[in-house]
Formats: sequence, structure tokens, C-alpha cells
Amino acid sequence: MILAQTNDAFFRWDWVFSHLDDIWAKVLEHLVLTGIALGFGLAISLVLAIIGLRFPKAYPPITWVTGIFYTIPSLALFAFLVPITGFSVLSAEIGLVSYTLLILIRNIVAGIDGVDPAVREAAIGMGYGRRRLFLEIELPLAMPVIIAGLRIAAVTTVGLVTITALIGQGGVGFFILSGLNRFFNTEIILGTGLSVIIAVVLDSALVILQWALTPWARSRSAVV
Amino acid sequence: MGADPLGAQSIGSRLMEFLGDLAKWFVENWDGSGGYLQRTWEHLQVSGASLIAAAVIAVPLGAWFGHTGRGGFVVVSLVNVGRALPSFGIVALALPLTIWLAKTVPFISSGLGFLPTFAALFALALPPIFTNTYAGVQGVDPEIVEAARGMGITETQVLREVEIPMASPVILTGLRLSAVAVVATAPLGALVAYGGLGRFIIDGFAIQDDVQIVAGALLVALLSVLTEVAFTWSERWFVPSPLRRTAESKDLVLRPVV
Repeated sequence: MILAQTNDAFFRWDWVFSHLDDIWAKVLEHLVLTGIALGFGLAISLVLAIIGLRFPKAYPPITWVTGIFYTIPSLALFAFLVPITGFSVLSAEIGLVSYTLLILIRNIVAGIDGVDPAVREAAIGMGYGRRRLFLEIELPLAMPVIIAGLRIAAVTTVGLVTITALIGQGGVGFFILSGLNRFFNTEIILGTGLSVIIAVVLDSALVILQWALTPWARSRSAVV
Repeated sequence: MGADPLGAQSIGSRLMEFLGDLAKWFVENWDGSGGYLQRTWEHLQVSGASLIAAAVIAVPLGAWFGHTGRGGFVVVSLVNVGRALPSFGIVALALPLTIWLAKTVPFISSGLGFLPTFAALFALALPPIFTNTYAGVQGVDPEIVEAARGMGITETQVLREVEIPMASPVILTGLRLSAVAVVATAPLGALVAYGGLGRFIIDGFAIQDDVQIVAGALLVALLSVLTEVAFTWSERWFVPSPLRRTAESKDLVLRPVV
């Protein structure tokens, strides 16, 4: 690698250090965009998963529709939204949320389906109603599978946020686009690197969350 | 840009007008240089080339690692890195690489356009093919492999005549995931001066032409769906009949969204 100090340096740390404020702002924007997408995605998925569990006939159409969202390339989905909602956070979030749905719904349903029927029977025998059974027994026991889905959704969303730079958002994806337009390697590497770091940090945070939420599982198995 | 729902016209008539413009766009822009037939062809060229290159490298490697049962950690880290690296970043990173290549290697005339797009899609296509081939070959029932060895065939034959056919549904799933990811990411090639269907979306963004944006998005989405369908269909030619339709459940775990 060439260690020149002029413009043709491969990665210019001096540029990074003189733009720390901008970088921090974009990292925050990235986290906010990701957080909103995951929050809404999780809420919508929970509702749809509960509907799918209560009415098994509704489950195939739910996975079918969310599966179509999942198949549409993200750039195309954002492009469909632009004439309606413009270059806006709303366009970005509608796209980002729709990509989380299939993963989250399938994992929530799989997690709850995977609860040992004997445990369910025991709870019903102890007089648990449907709501308490769901909130206090099924949901906590399904937590590892749900969080596994959330981890995939989180890492995927962090990557997709970079593409929203093309519709005026983007978080650290802003640097990737700007670097491409100016042929400036530093920005491209910085944007991509930060996106990877954010994904890894968020993924680790979810692992810790799972550890905190499932105290009963600690003694039996190591944290994956 | 954004529609104004409280405008003079009703949403219905605006929509009809938009659909009319869209139909007109498809009638007027199909042929010639920059028409969508040519753009589709460019799209398929770079997608096909990168997918074939990735398969030529990843299938033998994955099969060999799966056969020996070594390198599981490589697979795990590939899956993780592949998921965390944004496809947009891969496309962008390919640009300085290919520009450097064009400066250094005499017979490469341009570091823009096809080359960075190809390099990025190639990198994107490798992990799903490699990991699925590895998982497929490694997951073949050991008793079947033992039986094959007991019949006195060589290790290469075990791999070629037993393990790879047994693993073919999983390998094909990997190829399908890669193919769809490649076709879906190829539009980003427009950012590094390649053609392809992404041109309509990216250029449409730049000149704020909603009709062109939506037309491009429709073509990209259609091509992705067709790719998915084509690979699902190809199973009947590549997978021995008793093994068909067993790889479906692997989809969600490994599929990249792009």
C-alpha cells in the first residue's frame, strides 16, 4: 500500500479527523433510520404473526404478500415509492420496514409453534387464559427464535439503509454515494466500514439483549 | 416529485394519467441505443458473467471443503461478513479497485462501467454459492458415502457421482439466491457508469422523471422475479428426481436482501 500524504493517498485519515462532526451525525441518522424500521417492523410483524397464529388460514397469504416485498429489489421498491412519497424519510422507512416483515413474522410464528405443548398444557391446567398464556409463557419461550430473526432483520436493515442515500437519506450511505460521485476512496471506504461496524455492534447488542431476556437459558447453553 | 393528494385533479384521474404515460413510455422506449431491450441485455450480460465466474470458483471450492469437512469457520465468517457488508458498499468499493487495475494492467482500457459492476456482483455472488455447496456436500448422509467407498470407487468419484448429485438441490438453491441477488444489485452498476436497467432508475432520480423511474423499477422487479422462477424451474433438469423440492426450507436462512 502506498503511504503518500497527498491527494492520491488510499485512505486519508486527515479527512476523517476534520469531518468527525459530519460522520457522527450520519452514524446517528443511520441508527435512527434502522431503529424506526425495526420498531415498526417488529410491531407490524407481531400483529400479523398473532393473526396468523389465531387464524391459520390467514398465515399463507400473509407470508405470500410479505414474501413478494422481500423479493422486490430494494432499489426498485424505493423507486416505486418516490412518485408517491418523494425523496423522504417516509419512502425510506416504508421500504425498510417491508423488508423486515417476512423474516420477523416467520421467526415469531416458528418460535411460538416451537413451544413445548406440554408446557402449554401445564399453563392451561394452571388456569392461564389465552392472553396470559401468550404474554407470559409463549412469547418469553419463543424469545431466542424471535431475537434470531431480529438479528437477521437488523443486520439486513443496516445494509439497506445505505441504499436510501439514493433517495436523499442514507445514514453513512451518504459517504458511499458522495465518494462515488467525487471518486474519493476515503469516503467510500469510510461509509462501507461504518455500515459494517454498525451492523456488528447492533448484532452484538441483540445477543446481549437475548442473554438478558432469557435468564433460564444461561446455565444450559453458552451465548451464541 | 411527490403527488399532492389535495391538488385540483382527483387521485384517480392522476393515477390514470400516470398509467397512460407509463404505457406510452413502454411503447416508445423499447428499441435502439438506450432502449429497454438493450438495457435488459446489458443487465443480463453482467449478471450472467458474474454468476458464472462465481459458480466456477465457489462450487468446486465449496464441494472440496464440504467433502473434507474442513473449513466450517470459513463458511460461518463468510455468511456473517456477507450479511454485514452492504451491497451498495461492495459496488462502490469495486470502483477504486478497477480504476487502479485499469491504470496498472495495460490491456484493461477502462476501470468504469462493466468491470466494477462485474467485480462487485462477482463478490456478492460468491458467499451463497460457496456456503450452500459446502453445506449440501457436508450434509450428505455419511452412510451413503461409506457405502460408495465400500464399493471401491475413488474419492473424486465419491464427490462427483455421489455427494454432488445428492447435494444438488442445496447447491442449486445457492445458485438461485446468488442469481436473484446479482440481478437485483446490478442496477447499482448505473452508479459506476454501467448500463443495465438501473440506468432508468438512477437517471430518472437525477432528472426527476417519475414515469421513467417507475418503468425502470417495474423492469428490474420483473427480471428478478423471472430469475427466481427460472432457477426454480431449472431444478427439474439438474436435480435427480427423488431429491427435488427438498431445499426450500434453507431459503430464509441464507438469502441476502439487496
